[in-house]
Amino acid sequence: MLPPNKLPNPSNNEETDLCSCLENEPINIAKLGLLPGVGQESLVIPYAQKTGLQKKEGRGHDRSTFLKRGLALSSSVVLGTPEDAKHSAECTVTDMSEIVPPEVRPKPAVPAKPTGISSVHGSQGSGVGGQGAGGGSSLLGYIGIDTIIEQMRKKTMKTGFDFNIMVVGTSGLGKSTLVNTLFKSQVSRRSTGWSRDEKIPRTVEIKAVSHVIEEGGVKMKLTVIDTPGFGDQINNENCWDPISKYINEQYEKFLKEEVNIARKKRIPDTRVHCCLYFISPTGHSLRQLDTEFMKNLSRMVNIIPVIAKSDTLTVEEKIEFKQRVRKELEISGIEFYPQKEFDEDMEDKSDNDKIREAMPFAVVGSDKEYQVNGKRVLGRKTPWGVVEVENPIHCEFAQLRDFLIRSHLQDLKEVTHNIHYETYRAKRLNDNGGLHPISTAPSGDTQESNL
Amino acid sequence: MDAIMLQEKLVERLLSPKVRTTRLKDKQYVGFATLPNQVHRKSVKKGFDFTLMVAGESGLGKSTLVNSLFLTDLYKDRKLLNAEERISQTVEIIKHTVDIEEKGVKLKLTIVDTPGFGDAVNNNECWKPITDYIDQQFEQYFRDESGLNRKNILDNRVHCCLYFIAPFGHGLRPVDVEFMKALHEKVNVVPLIAKADCLTPNEIKKLKDRIREEIDKFGIKVYQFPDCDSDEDDEFKQQDKELKESTPFAVIGSNTVVEARGQRVRGRLYPWGIVEVENQSHCDFVKLRNMLIRTHMHDLKDVTCDVHYENYRAQCIQQMTSKLAQDNRMDSPIPILPLPTPDVETEKLIKMKDEELKRMQEMIQKMQQQMHEQDQ
Repeated sequence: MLPPNKLPNPSNNEETDLCSCLENEPINIAKLGLLPGVGQESLVIPYAQKTGLQKKEGRGHDRSTFLKRGLALSSSVVLGTPEDAKHSAECTVTDMSEIVPPEVRPKPAVPAKPTGISSVHGSQGSGVGGQGAGGGSSLLGYIGIDTIIEQMRKKTMKTGFDFNIMVVGTSGLGKSTLVNTLFKSQVSRRSTGWSRDEKIPRTVEIKAVSHVIEEGGVKMKLTVIDTPGFGDQINNENCWDPISKYINEQYEKFLKEEVNIARKKRIPDTRVHCCLYFISPTGHSLRQLDTEFMKNLSRMVNIIPVIAKSDTLTVEEKIEFKQRVRKELEISGIEFYPQKEFDEDMEDKSDNDKIREAMPFAVVGSDKEYQVNGKRVLGRKTPWGVVEVENPIHCEFAQLRDFLIRSHLQDLKEVTHNIHYETYRAKRLNDNGGLHPISTAPSGDTQESNL
Repeated sequence: MDAIMLQEKLVERLLSPKVRTTRLKDKQYVGFATLPNQVHRKSVKKGFDFTLMVAGESGLGKSTLVNSLFLTDLYKDRKLLNAEERISQTVEIIKHTVDIEEKGVKLKLTIVDTPGFGDAVNNNECWKPITDYIDQQFEQYFRDESGLNRKNILDNRVHCCLYFIAPFGHGLRPVDVEFMKALHEKVNVVPLIAKADCLTPNEIKKLKDRIREEIDKFGIKVYQFPDCDSDEDDEFKQQDKELKESTPFAVIGSNTVVEARGQRVRGRLYPWGIVEVENQSHCDFVKLRNMLIRTHMHDLKDVTCDVHYENYRAQCIQQMTSKLAQDNRMDSPIPILPLPTPDVETEKLIKMKDEELKRMQEMIQKMQQQMHEQDQ
C-alpha cells in the first residue's frame, strides 16, 4: 500500500507537462479524449490497444505489468519520448486497487480545463487513503471501465465529427471575418473580401459552405451557414422565417433518417448546433429586431449573442452596453446558450455562471497580421494604434474562441441533440397523434409507412 | 447751396495742382464700397439663425456629434429607452434651441432631432413624419410671407439635414436610399459616415467610393458645394477640391476630453490608442465643421431659400391654381391653404392675388395656344 505522499514523481511531471502542452497548442480538438474528465480521478490512462490488453482478460492479467504498460503508453502519447515512459513505468509498481477510485462519473468526452488536472492529483491522494468522495459501490479490483473514454477518443479520431455553425446579423457586421478568424482558415464564403457586385438579397437566403479541417489527427467537417439579407430591408418583419424553416428542415431530415427501418450507421448530422447572433455595437441597447429574432429562435437552437465590431466601443461603453444587453435579454425571457435550465450540477453551474456573466462577448475579427512589439499578431491597423484580436485587453475574441471550441463544442452538439431536437421530435410525434411522423416532402419511402 | 459751391471753388484754386487731382479723385469716390460693412454691422446686431436636422438610426452618435460640433451640451440628461419601451415608438420630431454667441455674433441654433428613425422592425415610410415636418415649416413660412405683417417672420425652415450612414454596412442600405430620395428635393442633405473609428483608412476609402457610386446610381441629389470662382487663388481651389473629394465625411464625435500628446483634446480613449476628434488624419470632423459653420453656412441657407423653398412654393401655387381652374367658380375665393384665423383683410388680399394669378394663367394659356397655332 502506498501512502498518499509517496506517489510516483514522474507522474507529477507527467501532469504538469500535460498542462504546458495544452497552453502551447492552438486548438485542442486533438486533446479531446486524452484528458481524464474531472470526475475521472484515475492517474493512469490505460491505453487499450488491440494488440495489448483486450486479448487478456479483465481480471486475470498481471496488474503491475498492466499498469506499467498503461503508463508507458499514455506517457508516450503525451510526451512522445520513450525514455520518459520507461522511467515512469518503473516507479509505479503498486497495487492498482488502491489507486483506482471507486466511481467513475460518466461524462461526455469534453476536454477538461487545465485546472482539472491539479484536482486530479489532489483527489488522487484522498482516493488512496480511503474511500474517495465518489462513494457508490466499491470495486474489488480493476475492471477497466474507464478505458471507454479512450475507446471513444479513438473512434472519434477515426470518424471525425461535424459541427454546424450559423451566423446571423445585418450585413457588414463582420460575420464572415469572425468565422475565418475563429477557425483560422478561409472557411467563409466571403473569404476573398467583398466584391462590389454583391447586392443585398431581397429575402433572407441561406447559404451553407462546408470545409474539412484537420488538427492533431482529428478531422472536423465544419459547415458555416450564412444568412445574407437578414435585417437589411426596410421592412424586416418575419425575416427570420427562412432561418427557422431551415433549422426545422434539418431536424426533419434527421428525424426521417432516424425512423427509417434500415438506418444508416452514422446519420449525417446537418442540424444547426450553434447560432452566433451579431449585435450591432450601437452602445445604447438591443434593437427591436434583435429581441424579436432571439425570442423566436432561442427555443429552437443554441443562440450565442456576440457584440460585433466592438473596436468602436471604449472600455466603459462596453461594460455599460453589455450590462444593458444582459438586462434586456433577461427581461425578454431570452435564454441564450449556456442555458441555465440545462446546467447539470453545481460545477457546471458555476462554470457556466462565469461565462454567462461575461456574455455577450465583445469581439473583433481580422484575417490580417501586423507586427506589434516584435510579434506578428492578427489585428486591425488604424492611425491611432493596432487593435489586437487575441489580446484579452482589447477584445474578447480569445474568450469566445475558448468557450466555443475548446470547452463547449461537444456540449453544444449534445444540447442540440438531446434537447432541441427532442423538443422538435416530440412536437412532431404529438402533432400526428402518436403515429410516426409523416414526411412533409413527398418521398418514395415505403419503409416508413410500416412503422 | 451756391455759397458752398463758391467756397469749394475757392479752395480748389488755392490748393496746389497735386492736391487738386486727389480731390478730383475723391469726388469720383462714391463710397458704396462700405456696403458690406454696413450689412455686417446690421446682421451682427440682428443675429443669425440656423436650423440643422440630424437623422439616422439610433446609436450612431448623432447627439455626440452635435455636441462636439457646437461645443455645447444639448443632450445632457437624456434617458435612453430600452427595447421594450421602443416597440411602440414612432418617429418623433424634437427641437432643441440654443443661443450661442461668439465674438459678438449671435447665432440662434435649432437642432431638429428624429429619434426612432429606422429602429423598428418594419421601417416602411418611417421618413414620412420627417418630410411632413419639413413641409410644415415651408407652409408656415409661405403663409407668413403672404401675410400682412412680414417684419418678424420666424424662419423655421430646415437649412441642412445631416444624414448618418452606419459604418457597419457595405454602402448604402435600402432605408438610407429611400430616405435620401424622399428628402433630397426638400432640404440640403449632407451624408456622413458615423462612428468612423471602427474603420481602417483603407476601409473608409472603399466605403466612401462605394457610397458615392451608389448616390450617383440612385440619382440622389445631395448638397453640392458651390464651385469656386475661377479667379480664386490656387490654394483655395485646392482646398475646395479636397473637400469635394472627401465626401461623404467620415466623422467621430466625443463628449469627453482626454489627454493626448501632452494636450487636452476631445477624443476617445481605447486600450490600443487615442482617437482625436480634431485630428485631420483620424477623421473628417474638422472638414465637416469648417464646411458647415465656417464656410458654407450661408450658402446652405441661400440654397434652402432659393431652391428648395421656391420649389415648394411653385408646387403649392400650381396645386392651388390647378384646383381653381378645375372648379372654375368664383365662389370659393378662399385659398386651399386653410388659414388658422382668417382675417377679412387678408381674405380680400388673397382674393386679389387669386384673381391676378388667374389672369396670368389665362394669358399664358392664350400665348401657348397662339404658339401652337403658329407652329401648325
